[in-house]
Amino acid sequence: MIRMVAQRLLVGVFVMWGAASLIFLIVRAAPGDPATVLLGPDADRTQIEQLRESLGLDRSLGAQYVSYLGDVSRLDFGQSHRLGRPAMDAVLDRLPATIDLTLTATAVAVIVGLTLGMLAGGRPGGALDRVVSACTIALQSFPTFWIGIMLVLVFALGLGLLPSSGVGTPQHLVLPALTLAFPFIAIIARLTRTSVAETMREGYVQTARSKGLGERQVLLGHALRNSLIPVVTVVGVQVGALVGGAVIVENVFAWPGLGSLVVDAVANRDYAVVQGVTLLIAGIVVVLNLIADLLIAQLDPRIRTGAV
Amino acid sequence: MADIAAAPEQLVKAAPPRTRRRLLSRVPHLVVGLYLLVALAGPLLIDYDPVHTSLTDRLLAPGSETSTGATAWFGTDGLGRDVLAQIVYGARTSVLIGASTVAISCLVGVVLGAVAGYFRGGVDAVLARVFDILLAFPAILLAIVIAGAFERSVLLVVVALSATGWITFARVTRGVALTIRERPWVDAARVLGVPGRSILVRHVLPFTAGPIVALATLEFALVVLAEAGLSFLGIGLPASTVSWGQTISNGKEYLEGQWWISTLPGIALSFLIINVGILGDQLTARHRRGRTD
Repeated sequence: MIRMVAQRLLVGVFVMWGAASLIFLIVRAAPGDPATVLLGPDADRTQIEQLRESLGLDRSLGAQYVSYLGDVSRLDFGQSHRLGRPAMDAVLDRLPATIDLTLTATAVAVIVGLTLGMLAGGRPGGALDRVVSACTIALQSFPTFWIGIMLVLVFALGLGLLPSSGVGTPQHLVLPALTLAFPFIAIIARLTRTSVAETMREGYVQTARSKGLGERQVLLGHALRNSLIPVVTVVGVQVGALVGGAVIVENVFAWPGLGSLVVDAVANRDYAVVQGVTLLIAGIVVVLNLIADLLIAQLDPRIRTGAV
Repeated sequence: MADIAAAPEQLVKAAPPRTRRRLLSRVPHLVVGLYLLVALAGPLLIDYDPVHTSLTDRLLAPGSETSTGATAWFGTDGLGRDVLAQIVYGARTSVLIGASTVAISCLVGVVLGAVAGYFRGGVDAVLARVFDILLAFPAILLAIVIAGAFERSVLLVVVALSATGWITFARVTRGVALTIRERPWVDAARVLGVPGRSILVRHVLPFTAGPIVALATLEFALVVLAEAGLSFLGIGLPASTVSWGQTISNGKEYLEGQWWISTLPGIALSFLIINVGILGDQLTARHRRGRTD
């Protein structure tokens, strides 16, 4: 177990190095001198030269890369000239809002997705199964931003039940979290359905039935645990997609998280913030994937002991 | 005797005619075909200019008459542009970007995946690490950063979406190549002295066709969704290029009162994605059936 953790950590460090290098590459390949972009078209030559020097842009690309890696490893992404403060501060300010949103969406997606999937998978081919599968296809196909707008149209403007954008009360969280959860409800429901349907054919489920247990006890007490393994895996793997979805959903609902920050930063060529957000998100994805791996090992003794 | 002879005939007759179900399963083909037709020939079908603004025709409800006497079946937006024309031209943008991105991703992914799966070794190891790094970013985030950093253009959006699009193609191709390389006919070719490249092209690659076609269909849906997402955020495409995401975004300010501007392009987009998705699932199922035979 310890060896596995150490190995995964090593891969994680490598991935973060690669991610940081990739972002460095994109930002440096972008047209336009960062100093000129920051100062605007009216700046004179000496001003630009001064800023270039203070940003380290007068040094060779290799030297810039080395000092960039050093800064990034200390979680220092430089000064955001547009916001007038360190990029990392701006990023950390916005992080809690994104965490609130993604955690709520994950909880909704797991609860609803698992329930739908178990209902459908308990009796494959039944009427309920067909209804659920039709719903999941639709949920997966709707563009998130459009679903968000439609929810605003119906629940905020039409019925006046919920606020259409912003933050403050728990009610503000309902529509964004629901919008973000929709595609993941579909993914989890589909996966749980297949997984439960397969598990129900296993020998130990037959044993449980032959002991005289009711269908509900068989499903919850025996089939559920094994069906959870692929679900945990997919939640781990989908963390990236979830954060990606949050980027779009935050922009629909003016939710003050990382997503609206990064789109704003990209539009204004505020590369310190772009680097901060992308690398923080990459770091979160890497850590959560690691946790998901460990959770799976905990759920499945065959993986824990290395039997598979 | 006659009874015995008649029995098999009855059995043959008893086979249920499944034409109805078959017909129903053709619906997605029809719908997707229709979208492709509109994307290709749309400008011939419709004589409105999608970017023609007309201040007298602002925010007309669906079905109302414009100042030129024509009917705006899907209404007009805040600048008096026809929503139906935007949907038709938006289909063009989506299909063009979707098809080009899938083509590039497919080419790059299949070549790299096949080489990695068949030859293993260094290429395989490097590819695995590249996957690890690229998968640390949400695909849409990487696309936002790439598309936001450079000069706006259709090509830029294609490149930004291909940056992560090729990964799935490479993974699937690698997986197929890994199993096919152990098959007897590949050994036979090797023993006969056929060079590795020819074995790969003639004896391994043909087996990737089924899964790749199914994957390309599903990937097309994802790319169209991602393109709409980028345009919705106002990133990547030039402002003059009409796209569904942009129209939906424009309609956001007019939700109170003028619901149609955001709603109708979204329905057009969702309907396409649903049908492409069902088509992709059908292709995947067919390929799975083929493999178990």
